[in-house]
Formats: sequence, structure tokens, C-alpha cells
Amino acid sequence: MEQTDAELIAAARQGDPASFEPLVKKYQGRIFATARRYARRESEVEDIVQEVFIKAFQKLDGFRGEAPFEHWLMRLAVRTCYDFLRGHQRNRETAFTELTEPESDWLDRFVVEPDHASENADAARELVEKVLTRLSPPARLVITLLEIEEKSVKEIAVLTGWSVALVKVRAFRARAEMKKILTLMTKDKYM
Amino acid sequence: MNVNELQAKLIAAARKHPPGEQVPYAFEKRIMSHLSGRPVPDIWALWCRPLWQAALSCIAITVVCGFWAYSSRPTTDNSDNFSQDFEAAVFAPMSEHIEDSW
Repeated sequence: MEQTDAELIAAARQGDPASFEPLVKKYQGRIFATARRYARRESEVEDIVQEVFIKAFQKLDGFRGEAPFEHWLMRLAVRTCYDFLRGHQRNRETAFTELTEPESDWLDRFVVEPDHASENADAARELVEKVLTRLSPPARLVITLLEIEEKSVKEIAVLTGWSVALVKVRAFRARAEMKKILTLMTKDKYM
Repeated sequence: MNVNELQAKLIAAARKHPPGEQVPYAFEKRIMSHLSGRPVPDIWALWCRPLWQAALSCIAITVVCGFWAYSSRPTTDNSDNFSQDFEAAVFAPMSEHIEDSW
């Protein structure tokens, strides 16, 4: 019979690290998806996921079991991703390069016929990735959680450990920051 | 160009392309090898190390204080003078009183 999360956690706490493996297997996909929102290179993603699970194992005593293990793990993952963004802040200045031809074409199409610029296009995806890379770490985290993952302010507060008021302030600033980047990006060409 | 509309469009594009949940082959083994390779913290060792450091610090302070007390000792032995001076200072009012009464 398959053991529950609580049983596996209890066994791992009692000094059996092997009990942690089924938990890693069960949740690693979700943690990979979360890490891929913040890191581009696959090696960086793997490092983040590894750090999340090592931290989870070390802090297992701090898991009180009031919420599901997955929620606790996701909090840890989001905070680790935020630390990663803060640690790689310097890269965001250099990562912003000129628009590629498909990105430029997509923008042209958007200017002429905004409704016909496909959201499914690879260029749109590349463009949004480029904009997100330029954002400051708190702005990127808030935009990703609030706008892209469509989480509520309360959920973000729980995930990040920030107060609800702080999330609101950072969301306001993040939107303004994103607009500023988009204006800068399109200024030369269309304004 | 409407920047608000562009922002909404790009966010919609990001929503439509959620990152995948694919995991490299045997990634859990990599995690487990890291966890099993980590030494289990020995609580006694964790306690003993700072206690030893504290004890050594105390011994060092005691030796320094002892040496300082020994070296700052007066070189000439004037303990007799000191006792006489002390006695004279203590009994001075009394001896004045006795002299007056005579």
C-alpha cells in the first residue's frame, strides 16, 4: 500500500532519508515548472529544484502539518526562486538585447492590428520573457504570480511571506515598471 | 501604440504557455545522493565544540589575569610601613582625644 505524505515525512524525520524519495518523485514536476518561470537555463532550473528539496529535507522539522505538504513545499520553492532572482540581479541589465526579427514582426503586426497579433506566437512568448527578465526581482515575482499564474493577493502573501499591503504596493510598482520597460522597448520604433 | 493593450497581450501570451513539468531522467536520485552524502549532525559534537571553546577562553583569561596581577605587584616589600600607616590613620582621632584628656 502506498504511504501517505504524512507517513513518509514522519519516517524521514526519524532518520530515514530514503522515505523522502517518494516525496521528491511526487512533487518534482511542479517544482520544475515553478523554477522554469524564473530561470531560463535548464542547469539553473535544476540547481533551484535541488536547493528546494535539500532545504525541504533540512527544514522538515519545521513542517507542522497544518497545511498540505505541497503548499509548504511551494512556499519554499517560491522563496528559493526569489532568492535566485535576487542573486542574479546583475544579469537583467545585460540580458536585454535588441529585438529579434520575429519579435519585431510580431510588434509590427500588433501595431497595425492588435486583435490579430497572436498570443500563441513564439515571438510573443520570447518578447514577454525578455520583458520579465528586465524586471526587478520583486516585480518579476509579483507579475508572475499575480498576472500570469492568476493567484490572489492573499495567496501571494502566503507564498512569499510578505504582508497583503506589501504585495499590493509591489504589484502596483511592478505594473508601472513593466509599462516603463515596454515603453522603452517600443519608443524608438513606434513613438 | 497602446502600451496597456500590449502589456495585456503579452501577459496573455505568457499565460498560454505555462512551463512544462518534465523532469530530467533520475533526477530524484541526484537529490537523494546529495541528502545521503550529507553528514548527519551530531548533537553532542555540536554542544561540545562551543563548550570547549568557552572553557579554553576562560583558562586563557585566568592565565592573563594571574600574570597581570603577579607582574603589577609592588617590587619593594613595604607591607610593615603600610600596616603602621594604616593603624596610625585609624587611631589618629582616638590618640588626639587621649592626648587632650591628659
